[in-house]
Amino acid sequence: MSKINDELLYSESHEWVKVDGNIAIIGVSDFAQEEMGDITYVDVPAEGDSVTKGEDFGALESVKASSELYSPVSGEVVAVNEELEDKPELINEDPYGAWIIKVEMSDNGELEDLLTAAAYAEIAK
Amino acid sequence: MAGFSYFPHTDDDIRVMLERAGVRNLDGLYSDVPADFIYQGEYDLPDAMSEQQVRDFFEKLGEKNTKLKVFVGQGAYDHYVPAVIPYITSRSEFLTAYTPYQCEISQGTLRYIFEWQSMICRLTGLDVSNASMYDGPSAAAEALRMAVACTRKRNKVIVSTKLMQNVLDVVKTYLKYPDIEVVFAWDVLDELGPDVAGVLVPSICRHGVIQDLTGYAEKVHEAGALLIEYCDPSALAVLKTPDEWGADIAVGDAQPLGMPICYGGPYAGFIACKQDYMRKIPGRIVGQSVDASGKRCFVLTLQAREQHIRREKATSNICSNESLMALWATVYLSLMGPEGLRKVNELSCAGAHYLYDELLKTGRFEEAFPGRPFLKEFCLKSKVDIPTLQQKLLDAGFFGALEIDGYVTFCVTEKRTKEEIDALVNVVRGIAL
Amino acid sequence: MKYYDKLIFELSHPGRIGYSLPAAALQQYPFFAEKCSSGAAADDAAKTDKATASLSFGEQRFARVAALCNIPKAILRESKLDLPEVSEVDVVRHYTNLSQMNFGVDTGFYPLGSCTMKYNPKINEEIANHPLFTGLHPLQPAETVKGAQEVIDGLDKALAAITGMKHFTFLPCAGAHGELTGLMLMREYHMARGDAARTKVIVPDSAHGTNPASAAVCGLEIVEVKSGADGLVDVESLKPLLGPDIAGIMMTNPNTLGLFERQIGEIAKLVHDCGGLLYYDGANMNPLLGKVRPGDMGFDIMHLNLHKTFSTPHGGGGPGSGPVGVGERVLPYLHTPQTSGFHGNFGVMLRAYAYILMLGKQNVKLAGPLAVLGANYIKESLKDCYKLPIPSVCKHEFVFDGLINDGAREGKAGATTLDVAKRLLDYGFHAPTIYFPLLFHQAIMIEPTETESLETLDEFIAVMRKIAAEAAEDPDILHGAPHNTPIGRPDETTAARNPILKA
Repeated sequence: MSKINDELLYSESHEWVKVDGNIAIIGVSDFAQEEMGDITYVDVPAEGDSVTKGEDFGALESVKASSELYSPVSGEVVAVNEELEDKPELINEDPYGAWIIKVEMSDNGELEDLLTAAAYAEIAK
Repeated sequence: MAGFSYFPHTDDDIRVMLERAGVRNLDGLYSDVPADFIYQGEYDLPDAMSEQQVRDFFEKLGEKNTKLKVFVGQGAYDHYVPAVIPYITSRSEFLTAYTPYQCEISQGTLRYIFEWQSMICRLTGLDVSNASMYDGPSAAAEALRMAVACTRKRNKVIVSTKLMQNVLDVVKTYLKYPDIEVVFAWDVLDELGPDVAGVLVPSICRHGVIQDLTGYAEKVHEAGALLIEYCDPSALAVLKTPDEWGADIAVGDAQPLGMPICYGGPYAGFIACKQDYMRKIPGRIVGQSVDASGKRCFVLTLQAREQHIRREKATSNICSNESLMALWATVYLSLMGPEGLRKVNELSCAGAHYLYDELLKTGRFEEAFPGRPFLKEFCLKSKVDIPTLQQKLLDAGFFGALEIDGYVTFCVTEKRTKEEIDALVNVVRGIAL
Repeated sequence: MKYYDKLIFELSHPGRIGYSLPAAALQQYPFFAEKCSSGAAADDAAKTDKATASLSFGEQRFARVAALCNIPKAILRESKLDLPEVSEVDVVRHYTNLSQMNFGVDTGFYPLGSCTMKYNPKINEEIANHPLFTGLHPLQPAETVKGAQEVIDGLDKALAAITGMKHFTFLPCAGAHGELTGLMLMREYHMARGDAARTKVIVPDSAHGTNPASAAVCGLEIVEVKSGADGLVDVESLKPLLGPDIAGIMMTNPNTLGLFERQIGEIAKLVHDCGGLLYYDGANMNPLLGKVRPGDMGFDIMHLNLHKTFSTPHGGGGPGSGPVGVGERVLPYLHTPQTSGFHGNFGVMLRAYAYILMLGKQNVKLAGPLAVLGANYIKESLKDCYKLPIPSVCKHEFVFDGLINDGAREGKAGATTLDVAKRLLDYGFHAPTIYFPLLFHQAIMIEPTETESLETLDEFIAVMRKIAAEAAEDPDILHGAPHNTPIGRPDETTAARNPILKA
C-alpha cells in the first residue's frame, strides 16, 4: 500500500503538486515510484521553459522502462531540482520530499481540476 | 522427406509433431490463413543446388568481376587486413550470437563492444561512444538529429558541402521529412544563426584536403550550436582529434580500420560525443557493472533511450547495428596499437605524396589545390581526356582517377607498393597529351 | 563457459607490437626523401625533430614524414594515442577467451522470439569471404563488377518471387533501417501525388518497438490501433482512424503474438480505399517463407531481415541487411531514398543469395511450414505449465504469459518470466524473448525455427517443464539463477545510474 500525503494535490498521471502562492512544486507520488522501481534517471526541462497542463515535461527512467512526466499545471519552470541529476534514487527514497520542478503558474484556476488526496487514494491502488 | 541438410526432420518426426500440434498435415498449420493468400504456384526460383553447385556458381560470378589495384578512396579505403581479424570474427560464438540481451551468456560480445567504445573515445578524444551505427553517412545524419535533440527549440542544421557526396546524399535523405531544416554550404560559419542546432564539417574534405578547423568550435558554440566532425578514424592517429578541435560530436566510418572494401559493406559507423550529450546518443551502449557476487561484468545500459522502451519517443529507431564489424575494428586496433596505426598513416601519406609528385612530373596534370595539405587522398586537374585516362588505367589493372567535381582523385594506402605506383605512373606517361 | 576478466587494455605492455607492416616510408621512398632532403622541408623536419624530443620513435618518424609532406604541425594530433600495445598471440588468446563467454546458434538452441535464430550455413561464409567479392571497391566502374551486379540482380529476382513484390532496394543495413527507408518511400509516393496531408501512420499496439520509432524518425505521427481479445488488429477500431491524413499502416503478419492477421484482406481494402498504403514489417516473414506472399495480401512496401529469414548470421547485433521491396504503386520511387553510403551490406547479400540457391524452388516450400510445426509442437507441449493467453494455432512463434503455478506463497514471491529465462541459461539454452510484446505482463515469446530437430525441441520442452516444477516447489531456485554461467545477474541499476562506458 503506497503512502499518500494529505497536504498535496494530485493528477491522474500520478504527479503531486504543492502550492506555494503562485508557485506549483511538482513531484511524483509514492505509487508512481513504486510502479517504476529503481529510478535511474530523471529527464527534466530547463529553467525558463514553459510547461502546459497535461503535456509531458520530462520523463522518469528505470533500467527497463521509461515513463513520461505530465505537467499538472501550465506556466514557466522557475527551478529544477538539480540534486536529482546525480541522485535519481531520492525519488524512490522520499517521493514527497524529492520535488522535480517548480512552476510559476499562469492560471491558478487549473488547480481546481486536480485531485484531493482522498480522491487520488482511489486511483493509486 | 529428409532431403535437405538444413532441415533435420524425418517423416516420422513430422508425424509425431503434427499429432502433438493437433493437425492432420503441414497445410493444416495454415488453416487460419484465408485460402486466397496461400501461394499455389511454383516459386520462380532455380532448382535447389548442392553445396558444390553453389560454390561453383559464385566462383563463376566472382570471375566476372575484375580484380584491380585500388587507387581510389572516397569513403572506402583499401588498407591491409591482418589475417588475425577474419580468424577471430569467424568464431561462431561471436558470429552466430544475437544482440547481447542475456548478459550472463554474452560477456564476450559485451566486452568487445566496451573495448570498441573505449577505443573510439581514445581516437576521437571524446567521452562517450555507442556500440556502432550502420555506416559513416547514416551516423552523420543521426548526429544531426541528435544535435537538434540536444539543443532546445532549434531545428536547423548546417552541413558542409566539403563532405563526400554519399554523406551529403544520406544526410539529405534522412532529414527530408522530419521537421529539420538543412542548409548545405561551402562556408558553414557564414550560415550560423540563433535557430541552428548543429554544424557538420569534415576533418578531410571530399578533395582530400585536411581541414584547419581553427576557430570553428568557438564560433559554433557562440551561436549556441553543436559542432559535429566527420572523420576518418584511421587518420585520427595522426591528425588533430575532434576533441582538440573542440567538436561536440564525432562521426565517421570505421571501414578504414581494417575492413575489406567489399563492394561497399558491411562496414560500421561510429558516433562519439561529450559527456553532456550522453543521454541523447542513439543506439546501444555497453556499460561496466558487477554481478551479485561482485565480479566485474558488462551490460547493455541506458536502454530507456531506445526504441524497444521509448517507441516513438526514442532518440533513434536503430536496433541492430554493425556489432561484428565493431569487433573487426577492435581487433584491428589491438593489433596495430599506436605505433602500427601511425605507421599505416606514415606509409599511406608518403605513398600518396610520392604518387602526387610523380603524376605532376608526367606533365599530364596540374595541381588542383596547391599548397593545401593532404594525407592519403588527393585531387589533380587532368590535362588529358579523363575517360581515356580512366580506361588506360583499367586496362592496366588499376582503379584510379575517379572523377569528382571535374578533378580526378587518387588514394594510396600502405597496401600499395612503390612498384605499383611506378607502374601506374608509367601508364599515365604513355597517354598522349 | 569460464569467466575471463581481462580487457585488452590490461594486457598492454609498452613496446610490444601485434602488426606486421612494410618497411618505414623513408626507406621505401628514397627518391621522395632525397627530393626533400635538400629543401626547406628538411629544415622544418629537423626543427620538428628537435621540438619533439619527448615523442616516441614512431611519433617522431610520422612528424618527419608530415613535415616532408608539408602537413602543418597545427593540424596534427597532440594528445597521446592510448591504444593497447600487445602481441599477435595476446590478441588471439584474448578474443578467443572472450568468445568462450558467448552463446551462439552454433552453441545451442536459441528460441529468441521475433529474431528467427536459424542455423547459419557455413558455405555462405566461404562465399562472402571470397576475395573476388571482398576486394571490390564500391565505386569501381560497372564493367568491372558484373559478377557483383549479378548477385544483386539475382537476389532481387529471388526475393521478388518469394514475397510477391516487384523489386527491392538493398541499401538498408538492418530491419529498422529498412522500415525507415520503406516509410520514406511511403511519403515519396504521397508527395508525388500532391497528397502532402498524409502525415499519420497507423501502428498496432502489438508492433515491434522499431515501427513507431522509425515512423517518428520519418516525421510521421503515430496512431495506435488496438488489438482485440483474440490478439488480432480490431477492424472496427481501425475504421474510424482512416481518413485523408493517413499515409498508411505498418503491420507484421503474423503479428508479434505469432497469430496470422486473418482479416488482412479487408484491412488492405480499407486502407487502400482511404488512399493509404500498407507496410509489411518482415521481421516475422519466416513462417510465410514458401507459403504466403506479402504482395498477395495487398502490401505495397515491405522489408526483409536477411539476418532472420534468410539465414545470415546476426554477428552479436549486426551486420544485418534490411532490403525493401515494393509493389507496382511505389515502384517509381524505389531508388529515391539514399539511406546508406554505397550499395548496402553486400557481404550479407551474398550469404542470403547462397542460402536461397541451396533452398531452391523445392526446399523453400518447406521452410515456413516446418518452422510453424516446431512452434506449435512446443506450444502444445507446454501449455499445461505456462499460461497460454490465446489458444489458437500459432505461426512461427507464440507467447506465454508466465507460469501457471509460479510458486508464490506466504512470505515468498513467485517466479517471474525473468527467473524462468535465467534458469534456462543454467540448462544450456538461450532464453526466449521476454517481456515483449507489451500486451502481457509476463510475456515469454518462443520461436524455434525450422532448423531444430525433434530431439532438441524435446530437450527444451523437458527443461521448461522441469523449471515449472522447480518454481512450484521453491521459486528461490529460480530467483537465484543463473548459477552455471560465467557471471550471475548483474547490477543494472547502478550501471544505469552511474554509467561507466569506457576503459
